[in-house]
Amino acid sequence: MKDQPFVVLAVALDARPDAARPWIEAARPSYPCLIDRDHRVAELYHMVNVPQAVWIDETGRMVRPTESAGAYEGFRAMDRTTRKVPHDVVAITSRAKRTYVEAVRDWAMLGPSSVHAFAPEVAAAHLTLPDEPVALAHAHFRLGQHLLRQGKEAEAEAHFEEARRLYPDSWNIWRQTAAVDARGLASGPAFWARVDALGSRRYYAPVDMEGMPG
Amino acid sequence: MVTVIHEARETEIAAARADGDALWLSSADVHRATGWTLTPEGLCHGDSCVPAPRGREAEVVRGDEVDLAAFWRHAGHPVVRDGAGRAWVLGTGARQRAHALRSLEAPDFTLPDLEGRRHALSDYRGRKVFLVTWASW
Repeated sequence: MKDQPFVVLAVALDARPDAARPWIEAARPSYPCLIDRDHRVAELYHMVNVPQAVWIDETGRMVRPTESAGAYEGFRAMDRTTRKVPHDVVAITSRAKRTYVEAVRDWAMLGPSSVHAFAPEVAAAHLTLPDEPVALAHAHFRLGQHLLRQGKEAEAEAHFEEARRLYPDSWNIWRQTAAVDARGLASGPAFWARVDALGSRRYYAPVDMEGMPG
Repeated sequence: MVTVIHEARETEIAAARADGDALWLSSADVHRATGWTLTPEGLCHGDSCVPAPRGREAEVVRGDEVDLAAFWRHAGHPVVRDGAGRAWVLGTGARQRAHALRSLEAPDFTLPDLEGRRHALSDYRGRKVFLVTWASW
């Protein structure tokens, strides 16, 4: 891969760079890790969750628009007391990740002749597009982050609340503005209640790729 | 002092005047805050111009000053402000975002790494980019 004209750009959707820092320092990545405290990338690319990815070719054109980056929602099968996920579900999750990483590698080597690189009309058909409430939600989120940095927590929260109301599909906005536990994770009872409320809807949208779970 | 936030810009404007939902700026400050230019045709950026709301020209343009918030709403973009009128977000409407995505041209952005070095997506033109998000939360 070293000789390929290929780069990973990892973007942390994190309002506080210090929250992202220990993860980046532990991973010691060889690729750029950027900090996006206002979730600009999520806004520009209409992303609702992490991890999501976009494949961009040498000319700056998207050959796979925003999609789940090989993530499978196996955590939904977790026993909430023991925090254990059944082995067969763990296997599905790791197979999904492996399949996705292999596909990225295939594209890095083969470029447009990779079966995973979409032709323009196929890429266009895979786009999901924002509506006006989503655009307004991002504006509220942005203002909320600005106010938070100025120490105006109550006023910031009012704008976050409006953003969450306008854009309920955004886990990025919800989790970024939710209370976090001692591990820094927004995965308390309120998170699980929200996941449960999905019912048969997906936490991670399925990836349209051979070998990925449907 | 008013902070105007638009896309990657956060501009402090000493001479801005907020009056309820109106945000009055000089044409020079409008340009500084948004990149848009006030012309006789309206607010222009590149080839596109947003004319003043018809019949309300006198309400939104006074001499060299313009109610930027009114123009912005008229153009179909979201405008959000704090209670004191000291911080304004001039957002980008869904129609424009969707139009940009439909072109399949990856929207450009510039973000810092942990050391504060700034990286633009367009710095990596000529290489394939696997753009991937994650978060600590």
